[in-house]
Amino acid sequence: MAYDYAPFPYVPPTGLTAPEGRHPVVIVGAGPIGLAMAIDLAQHDVKSVVLDDNNVVSVGSRAICWAKRTLEIFDRLGVGERMLEKGVTWKVGRQFHGAKEVYSFDLLPEPGHKYPAFINLQQYYVEQYLVERAQEFPGLIDLRFLNKVTDHTDHGTYVELTVETPDGTYALEADYYIACEGAGSPTRKRMELAFEGQTFEEHFLIVDVEMETSPFGDHDTPERWFWFAPPFHNGQSALLHKQPDNIYRIDLQLGPETDPKEEATEARVIPRIKAIVGDTPFRLDWMSVYKFRCAKLERFVHNRVLFVGDSAHVVSPFGARGGNGGIQDVDNLGWKLASVLQGDAPATLLETYNEERTHGSAENILNSARATNFMTPKSPIEALFRDEVLNLASDHPFARKLINSGRLSNPCSLEGKSLQTPGDAPQHPGWPLMDAPLVGPNGQTWLVAETKGQFTLLGFGQTALPEITGIARLGINGQHDYPCFDDIEGHAAQRYGADHIYLIRPDGHICAAFRSPEPKEIQAAYDRARGINA
Amino acid sequence: MILKDNLGPDGDAFYNALMDAHEGRDESESHALNARLVLMMANQIGDLEVLRSLLEIAAATPQKQD
Ligand SMILES: Cc1cc2nc3c(=O)[nH]c(=O)nc-3n(C[C@H](O)[C@H](O)[C@H](O)COP(=O)(O)OP(=O)(O)OC[C@H]3O[C@@H](n4cnc5c(N)ncnc54)[C@H](O)[C@@H]3O)c2cc1C
Repeated sequence: MAYDYAPFPYVPPTGLTAPEGRHPVVIVGAGPIGLAMAIDLAQHDVKSVVLDDNNVVSVGSRAICWAKRTLEIFDRLGVGERMLEKGVTWKVGRQFHGAKEVYSFDLLPEPGHKYPAFINLQQYYVEQYLVERAQEFPGLIDLRFLNKVTDHTDHGTYVELTVETPDGTYALEADYYIACEGAGSPTRKRMELAFEGQTFEEHFLIVDVEMETSPFGDHDTPERWFWFAPPFHNGQSALLHKQPDNIYRIDLQLGPETDPKEEATEARVIPRIKAIVGDTPFRLDWMSVYKFRCAKLERFVHNRVLFVGDSAHVVSPFGARGGNGGIQDVDNLGWKLASVLQGDAPATLLETYNEERTHGSAENILNSARATNFMTPKSPIEALFRDEVLNLASDHPFARKLINSGRLSNPCSLEGKSLQTPGDAPQHPGWPLMDAPLVGPNGQTWLVAETKGQFTLLGFGQTALPEITGIARLGINGQHDYPCFDDIEGHAAQRYGADHIYLIRPDGHICAAFRSPEPKEIQAAYDRARGINA
Repeated sequence: MILKDNLGPDGDAFYNALMDAHEGRDESESHALNARLVLMMANQIGDLEVLRSLLEIAAATPQKQD
């Protein structure tokens, strides 16, 4: 069944008739990133107004692949389990050259994690679940549909903005202005900020079809299938994914000499799909023709204006690093902005959002650009090398590793960045928390589910963790006067090393690791992680 | 990276083996063979820094002047 795009109600905002007073945060754009941002802030007790020029969720599935790290962040935001339940779980990717399979990879070969390597879930469901979650914070999140931001001015200590509604225009003021308006960001354009990178000439046809019979044939475990020189399509590549509701995503590479308008018509698309699925009945759910781009802002922080998600960076979708990268931005900024607004950290802490996430997005761009380059050779010699890699791959394992149809989104490491205190441990400072199954007073649980949204000290065994104001404690395999869990299967001790103590940031990144530390060493690492210089 | 002689007495034998591998191939087949060889040799070397220096020097070597 086709998704029901029910419009969200528009309510005339107070600002049309009387000044609203200054808001702590205004978020422009209610895509996945703006919505997640509002929820993260609300969970830190920070109020926000979210403005969107539209009143429906994403039209078309767009982002479908959500990575383990994103699901762990969504878990913290209270929507992870719902997404997991609805989504199609997968972890194996298969690559074909012509009709022949040349290589497959398993993205999460080991057990002991709450979330799988990936789920596929249409962006419209992700946005719907986020909207419904946001509505659970009526006192903290003020969601306004059909509110289009048309202008803004940064006055140094606050930002003033102009908003257009069906009932006219009004003004708003906010301490911080978060631009989550997507790839075309009007804020970025108004500020005349350079958005530089690489545009790829090839066109890609993206189609969702609904069908009862799986096009994966008798091989109906959901996987990611990618073809170079597909036997059913006269083009360079094709990609197949399963989504919920019996909807299948098919991407077909069309080449540079393409008329995108003409290609996105039923007359052109139906024969292409029939070439893949034969006479099996199907319904076309959505189709679109894209050209892709990798680009980013040089800085994501411009005084009181903060860029998050696609407004700050865009990537080609091979590797699923767009939405997944944006959710990591949210995760990084939420607790920092809350700490600054609540007076727990200096405003300079926001500069580390810039430091850490420009690094993360550069990594995403590097990986997406390399994959897109491999898939869209720009010259005969590039095509030759690509073809010979594929040729060698059927017999020689080394060449299989060179095949690049997308290096799928990995959590970004913040190792070596200024908030982390260097230390030697199996899990390095800067790495995101690696999950492990635990058993507590309420039964089976997970490490990622128990270290949520606040600084937490993690330790093993009978030595008690010191009490430090502002830091929660979590014990494994011990009995103390703070929450303790058993590591029945031994995954936690194996992953973390049972004689280390870790300090974990509210976003689940490790910021320090110790062995029998003095409380003042922990305090120093805690201060450093909040941008407080000793 | 080694740019001094590393083949020793086998230099001529290698060179001839390379020519033999190309014998009877047209130009496009030879290009494909070379591409495969470059990829396989890179894997054999297995050291990105060495490979980068080799790429740099090969790219900077001037073409034949007529
Ligand atoms: C074909 C395709 C496949 C993709 N696949 C994946 C994938 O598998 N995994 C993945 O992680 N990512 C994927 N992506 C990328 C992903 O869709 C984006 O990264 C994601 O949508 C970014 O979210 P966002 O909230 O930053 O922006 P958007 O989703 O673009 O949302 C921006 C919002 O801002 C609103 N807005 C704009 N201007 C204004 C204004 N002036 N005032 C008020 N509101 C405004 C818009 O209406 C919109 O609701 C894919 C993208 C495409 C196109």
